Amino acid sequence: MNATAATFTEDSAPSVKKSGAGADRAFHLTTAAAAWLVLLILGGVAVSMAWGGRLAFQTFGWHFVTGKDWDVGAEKFGAFVPIYGTLMTSAIALVIAVPVSIGIALFLTDIAPRWSRGPISVAIELLAAIPSIIYGMWGLFVFAPFMAKHVEPWLNNHLGTKPFIGPLFSGPPIGIGMLTAGIVLGIMVIPFIASVAREVFSAVPPPLRESAVALGSTRWEILSRVTLPYTRSAIIGAVFLGLGRALGETMAVTFVLGNAHDISLSLLMPSNSIAAAIANEFTEADTELYRSSLIALGFLLFVVTFIVLTIAKLLLLRINRQLGRTH
Amino acid sequence: MAIPVRRRVADVAAFAFATAATIFGLIWLTWILWTTLREGAAALTPTLFREMTPPPGASGGLLNAFYGSAVMIALGVVIGAPVGVAAGTYLAEHGRYTRLAAVVSFMNDILLSAPSIVIGLFVYELVVRTAGHFSGYAGGLALAMILLPIVVRTTEESLRLVPDQMREAGFALGLPRWRVTRQILYKAALSAILTGILLGVARIAGETAPLLFTALNNQFWSSDLNGPLANVPVVIFQYAMSPYDEWHVLAWAGAFILTAFVLLLNISVRLLARKGKDR
Repeated sequence: MNATAATFTEDSAPSVKKSGAGADRAFHLTTAAAAWLVLLILGGVAVSMAWGGRLAFQTFGWHFVTGKDWDVGAEKFGAFVPIYGTLMTSAIALVIAVPVSIGIALFLTDIAPRWSRGPISVAIELLAAIPSIIYGMWGLFVFAPFMAKHVEPWLNNHLGTKPFIGPLFSGPPIGIGMLTAGIVLGIMVIPFIASVAREVFSAVPPPLRESAVALGSTRWEILSRVTLPYTRSAIIGAVFLGLGRALGETMAVTFVLGNAHDISLSLLMPSNSIAAAIANEFTEADTELYRSSLIALGFLLFVVTFIVLTIAKLLLLRINRQLGRTH
Repeated sequence: MAIPVRRRVADVAAFAFATAATIFGLIWLTWILWTTLREGAAALTPTLFREMTPPPGASGGLLNAFYGSAVMIALGVVIGAPVGVAAGTYLAEHGRYTRLAAVVSFMNDILLSAPSIVIGLFVYELVVRTAGHFSGYAGGLALAMILLPIVVRTTEESLRLVPDQMREAGFALGLPRWRVTRQILYKAALSAILTGILLGVARIAGETAPLLFTALNNQFWSSDLNGPLANVPVVIFQYAMSPYDEWHVLAWAGAFILTAFVLLLNISVRLLARKGKDR
């Protein structure tokens, strides 16, 4: 019996195995090559940006990052203003988006009637589906005039006169500027942070919350002392994810930031960002050094977002493992 | 036992804030959609689909832009989707537990969120500079690179959801691994993979930044993929930033159609996916 089984496999199986093995190998190699391609693109982006920007880095050295002049006529390029504008608008975006996103996540996991949770979370996620150029156009034609007419005069009169923070909020109420851009960016990153927050909030093990309830906690105390501490690293990961998005957002910011290469303390003044400068000027760059400077800006943007997104991903991996263990 | 007032107030305040935050989020959505609808519906005319983009001060349509966008999106899907499905298959099946798969899975998420303008610059350096001119091919390639990580992620996730019993059943029948993947796993995960591709289409349809330096724009009708190609997002960008009223109207019309397309695609894909899950 045993012998017949052995001869059966030896006689007929190898031929099946052989033809299968060749095709199997080909299929395996094809999928592996596709996987390599993902790495190749990411590496290609980094290398081509570094290569394209080498002329600017060689010419200006560290002054490319610290220099405040962006003078096309004199071929002097210092990227301090766009870097500052990128960081400042992203900071404003996070100041708005983080509390709002956590509020939305809390609302969706604890407060909203069950039937409304699906539709509301889809609606919030649709904010991420709207193309950024639509945000930009709406920002330019609708939101910037609204800011200029209703919000910025009020800021001028009330916060602009205060000590310390006054200079941030004084300036001509023209609607186009860092504050407007920051708010639009904030709206755009809300869905990214909110969806991660909602996911991890609802993954908190029920016994933890139940013990807090048993100890007599209010709902706020459950959030602030159980849910948030338990999900802290994921929430920080989500914030970094939102930051990565905000830093690299191009079209929306290009419309409402004003493309000005002057530095100003006031948030109401036009400024520039790395992505907006590239979008506005790249097709007009007529000299090698000019084009190289813009590509060098792209390199800086890529490196910074790469680091921020890596941190985000590492933090989110950790919570996934944690949640995986507790289940 | 009554809860002290201070704790009760904190509780009520926190929940009022959460409700307000949600309303805050929804207000922006309504505001943006309402503006697009109001301005866009007023600008909708049949000439939009009959005439080309006009010079300043004249009236016209967006026919060449719609055509160019459709062609480049199709090109993006034709290049990006097969590679994405293959890479996703490696991550979930053939390379599962390998170090390469872990690294690619990690890096794919970074590519997914990387600034799309950088992809535009990359394709500019790679294709436009080498060829010496802007082209629809370059635009399609840039869109493919944006679509790729989306398809990789959804393919990987949907293949992982296929129960291991189905793989084991296939192996028990003596099928080689590639046939198990192709004939069993792809069939089981088909609708989820398609969902991913369609969501990717919704995403690349509105991408502007990667097209600025690759396809550029073209005021005239052109079906030549080897030259600059008109497309809806870049036309919206140029026309909205211009000082001409006629161009603003066309930009709103384009914005309305683009938004309607993207949102309808998103919502119907979600509904279909949910229906599939219920079955």
